[in-house]
Amino acid sequence: MKVFSIAFNTFRENLRDKLLYNLLIFALLMIGSSLILMRLTLGEFHRLILDIGLGSINFFGVLIAIFVGIGLVSKEIEKKTIYTIMSKPVARYQFLLGKYLGLSLTLLINTAIMAVGLLVVLYFQDVPVHAVLFKALGMIVLEFMVITAVALLFSTFSSATLSAIFTLAIYVIGHLTTDLRAFGQKMEGVGRAVLEGMYYILPNLDRFNLKGNVTHQLDVPAGDLLMIAAYGMAYAAFLLMLASVIFQQRDFR
Amino acid sequence: MSRIPSLALEHDVQIDQLRKVFKVGFWGRRVTAVDGVSFEVQRGEVFGFLGPNGAGKTTTIKMLMGLIYPSGGTATLFGRQIGDPVAKAKVGFLPESPYFYDYLTGREFLRFYGHLFGFFGTALDKRIDELLELVGMTPARDLQLRKFSKGMLQRVGIAQALINDPELVILDEPMSGLDPIGRKEVRDLILRLKETGKTVMFSSHILHDAELLCDRVAMIMKGKLVACGHVSELIAGDTTHEVEMVIDRLLPEALERIRPLTNKVVLQGERVMVVLSSQQSVDQAIDVVRSAKAKLVALTPHKASLEDLFIRKATGAQQSVEARV
Repeated sequence: MKVFSIAFNTFRENLRDKLLYNLLIFALLMIGSSLILMRLTLGEFHRLILDIGLGSINFFGVLIAIFVGIGLVSKEIEKKTIYTIMSKPVARYQFLLGKYLGLSLTLLINTAIMAVGLLVVLYFQDVPVHAVLFKALGMIVLEFMVITAVALLFSTFSSATLSAIFTLAIYVIGHLTTDLRAFGQKMEGVGRAVLEGMYYILPNLDRFNLKGNVTHQLDVPAGDLLMIAAYGMAYAAFLLMLASVIFQQRDFR
Repeated sequence: MSRIPSLALEHDVQIDQLRKVFKVGFWGRRVTAVDGVSFEVQRGEVFGFLGPNGAGKTTTIKMLMGLIYPSGGTATLFGRQIGDPVAKAKVGFLPESPYFYDYLTGREFLRFYGHLFGFFGTALDKRIDELLELVGMTPARDLQLRKFSKGMLQRVGIAQALINDPELVILDEPMSGLDPIGRKEVRDLILRLKETGKTVMFSSHILHDAELLCDRVAMIMKGKLVACGHVSELIAGDTTHEVEMVIDRLLPEALERIRPLTNKVVLQGERVMVVLSSQQSVDQAIDVVRSAKAKLVALTPHKASLEDLFIRKATGAQQSVEARV
């Protein structure tokens, strides 16, 4: 129950944050702008709308996950609001988990709103909607949850600015891990071992990207979907455990 | 300071040889913030934890609340190790210059903290209304905390510390930054808590408040405990009994006769103020004033106070005490 109280309070904090609304409005404008871009393009209208729409949802969601995520813990320590929370009978891992779930809820609702925006555009442009679109949206939310866990982990031991840089770096590299491995295989010795190691340690975020399937109307089998979901959740859970261990040791000065 | 361990259950707080060493800066230079502090807070008393800024008061309190881990020594709340959720459930805590979620309204804020203790529903709402009434914040209950003044934040902060009807209330600098009216209100509140049988421990560098409120005090300087006990006993042990004498129209040659008797002379135009530290010198000074036909305006004995003790200890510890004390 305490975890949910903290989660709900975090959700409420997010709702009263102006950053969220700015990003949401931008995302909806981006989705809407595909209508204008469409008039400048020859053919492939449907793909363009879907591509820009999903791309916007993904991009702005990641921005929220990173820039709200890095503040989840560091802001509480900086503003000293954590003193009153931790002096109540609340375990530290409960606090972390609550914060994490709160932002995840925000991201889920945010994605839902953006998805409705996209569906409205698709409806008026007579673009057929396939089930794979919803699967892709689900995977986007899962990616947000992994990135939020990365941001949360960094914010348990470094400042907000450093956490933002680290998380952004992980996000970018996370989408290039396949290239990392391919690059590594062309190398010898230590270089190869390092790059291979990075491939296995860093999150393979490209696994969550089903945009290609949506634009080409290629369905994803349930088994694959399950594997990706299991991978994402296991990865996020591992990061949260690591964050809890670090957070447990911390002095709040 | 070593002491015989007494029955833990009689004490709400027991601290034994508590130490905290911080590593600061890039090279991890070691700084001892709290150095072997031992004292206990008895059930039902108002306990003052005094010391200048940076003496280690907040660090000690943070260790008690499980926000910082001790480097050595032990501390218990209600006989349980610090950090124990069962003990935490019986404690209310107000941090120093508290910062709260400013996007919440007064009522939402208290409700959230109530949830953390597992309180829900109408019983919690009733408790919140009572607390808002107690700290005089009922009119501001639906106002966001960002619009609160410092005094209002302090009051709502005290309300959150009382949400679980705690047996022990720990307040870190509850009077700092408040105007005289606000300070008096906090004092009254502490006394009211004592009347209802609660134990109150508060830290302060405002000694006047401590003298008015506390049954017992502990004084900490540079991380070390320098005094601990009943206020009256601590003051009685203090040997400075000075008398301040104010004289008008004192001729210079008469002043020269008084000068050897005193260690402090202040000239304010026609008026002379001298400080005398023994009964004998007071008698001799009065004789001089009479014979010189000067006018004795005031003769004020200095009551020994916590402040004298504090300043003496501070000079002993070679620590600068800020002028505002």
